[in-house]
Amino acid sequence: MTIESLATQDYKYGFVTDIESESLPPGLNEDVVRFISAKKEEPEWLLEWRLKAYRHWLTMTEPEWAHVKYPKIDFQAISYYSAPKPRPKLASMDEVDPELLRTFEKLGVPMHERAALANVAVDVIFDSVSVTTTYKKKLAEVGIIFGSISEAVREHPELVRKYLGTVVPSGDNYYAALNSAVFTDGSFCFIPKGVKCPMELSTYFRINTEQTGQFERTLIVAEEGASVSYLEGCTAPKFDSNQLHAAVVELVALDHADIKYSTVQNWYAGDANGVGGIYNFVTKRGLCKGVASRISWTQVETGSAITWKYPSCVLVGDHSVGEFYSVAVTNHHQQADTGTKMIHIGKNTRSTIVSKGISAGQSSNSYRGLVKILPTASGARNYSQCDSMLIGAQCSANTYPYIQVRNPGAQVEHEASTSKIGEDQLFYFAQRGIDAEAAVSMIINGFCKDVFRQLPMEFAVEATQLLGLKLEGSVG
Amino acid sequence: MIRAGSKTLLEVRGLRATVDGVEILKGLDLTVKSGEVHAIMGPNGSGKSTFAKVLAGHTAYQVTAGEVLFEGENLLDMAPEARARAGIFLAFQYPIEIPGVGNSQFLRLAYNTVQAGRDKDELDPLEFDDLVREKMKLLEMNPEFLGRSVNEGFSGGEKKRNEILQMALLEPKLAILDETDSGLDIDALRVVSKGVNRFAGADNAVVLVTHYQRLLNHIVPDYVHVMSSGRIVKTGGSALALELEERGYDWVEAEANSAAVAEGASP
Repeated sequence: MTIESLATQDYKYGFVTDIESESLPPGLNEDVVRFISAKKEEPEWLLEWRLKAYRHWLTMTEPEWAHVKYPKIDFQAISYYSAPKPRPKLASMDEVDPELLRTFEKLGVPMHERAALANVAVDVIFDSVSVTTTYKKKLAEVGIIFGSISEAVREHPELVRKYLGTVVPSGDNYYAALNSAVFTDGSFCFIPKGVKCPMELSTYFRINTEQTGQFERTLIVAEEGASVSYLEGCTAPKFDSNQLHAAVVELVALDHADIKYSTVQNWYAGDANGVGGIYNFVTKRGLCKGVASRISWTQVETGSAITWKYPSCVLVGDHSVGEFYSVAVTNHHQQADTGTKMIHIGKNTRSTIVSKGISAGQSSNSYRGLVKILPTASGARNYSQCDSMLIGAQCSANTYPYIQVRNPGAQVEHEASTSKIGEDQLFYFAQRGIDAEAAVSMIINGFCKDVFRQLPMEFAVEATQLLGLKLEGSVG
Repeated sequence: MIRAGSKTLLEVRGLRATVDGVEILKGLDLTVKSGEVHAIMGPNGSGKSTFAKVLAGHTAYQVTAGEVLFEGENLLDMAPEARARAGIFLAFQYPIEIPGVGNSQFLRLAYNTVQAGRDKDELDPLEFDDLVREKMKLLEMNPEFLGRSVNEGFSGGEKKRNEILQMALLEPKLAILDETDSGLDIDALRVVSKGVNRFAGADNAVVLVTHYQRLLNHIVPDYVHVMSSGRIVKTGGSALALELEERGYDWVEAEANSAAVAEGASP
């Protein structure tokens, strides 16, 4: 039996038969929120927090300003809790879901080799729950807490309560409010004062069942002088229907702390005709609370039918630094509206935005970014660079930069470019023996290298190969 | 140099080609053997550059009639990259800039792809670096070119040297140089010519497409062909180039026209 057929079998039959016992039927009301909270054995304050978010959500309407089109989502048709039963016991990364295994095999990065990259701790999330976290003990020795947020609620309630919702308030936006009401799991990471995390931390998100929405919540706190590099990866099986993924990620950096958050997003994108795929409606925000703190977002967005995501930095601490490096690739009928917000509040705060959008097929790829300099942010500086590349004649690229400066001493620079992989470029490569696929891959990697060099080394290789796969057949 | 025992590399018979529905090549014939250097001259718009691009397989041109054999194989059936691997090289009149792609990375990929296509060994980055630096020295190129993006911000002369560098690396059997002399100052012309002369040997052939005679002072051709209205209308030795320099192209075209009229009038 091939790995592919194994994978299909597991997803199609393995979990669906367990729905009665382990999943909630589709639908959303206060009882669903109570059920989730009870299932997680949560304290009263968290249930109240969820209910408040739910009631607020009922008063809100879906945002419609993004440059994306999709039929209205029926929130009553989604199941808000699904836990695989029996709960998989993962002894090692080798047993991680076969779809990932297959993906990595196609990428030329076999899973056993990845496991040999021993310096990566992983939290694995299937649908609504975290199923395993590696290296917990080793991390605990230096005082780092890393694991599922459900567990953190039970074991470190005071920390979760102190920081949860402080960066993305429960009523922040439509999807963040929904997430606050029904989030089921996610990763929690706490790096105590002065500790440099000795390894990469990573979370793999996996949507398995067809009707389930995934609403995970990730919270990372780096205390004074702490530093951490965190990577998020995600995949989903192919369904003809669309699944909703509405996550919230909050980062908090205290004085001199440094958080680097990298994403390689490879959710199922739908087929070549635009059927199926994930709706990736995500709120990610980092708070540079402390003096000279630094938060850096790097994202490589290749999947999802629709991406709606703006990893942002709120620069409160004086001399704090926010960075956003993004590669967003769309092909076929994919739609992406992604970018960042840099909110400068503290003195001498600095931010850098480097965005590279690549569109192929009939896709639509938009950069949307806000640079806001408040009156308090004397000496603030921002540099933004937004480049778009078009492959073929049916795709589109848009750039929506918003710049609001309320301090006369601020410096804001914005550069943008649009280029196209042309027939003459491809002919030049061909005349040197290089076929179109290899040529496009080389041009694209050249175009993206400012972002790729921000990724941890092994993931930079992965991202490079992923882009090659993604654009396979889009030229020629 | 014309030699006994040389092999026929390229045979072009009755080649016709169009671009956007306009016929540019109108029945072109040419035979090139190994060891030979050919110059194709002619006024602007006579179809010289089109001929070069058609040989390399540019997709903007449609071949409507005739045949092209390369070492006896039908060249027109081959994709452009297959032609390159088989040994056809085109030095571009206007080399393309490729921002973001490092020159050394590009050169190595081209080299290894062509090597693999010929069942020869590929080189790792260090081995390749040695090879490319040696070739660059012969072309008096600064090694800092390796670290720059392909042709980006290169002067006209630098781009042309980069083309000749690629020719020296890829070791084609048939090198077609499309107006390589245009935009070169005297020193660059000397260096580029030296590179071509060093390359030209008993087993390969060079076709120089040029508008001016001055390149032919440095690279002496065995044959000079004159193109007019999409055909080769006159062929001679290197002395023909000097005559063209002196008298221009009008007399050749006039000759060709009267010959065509005479041919058409004969029964």
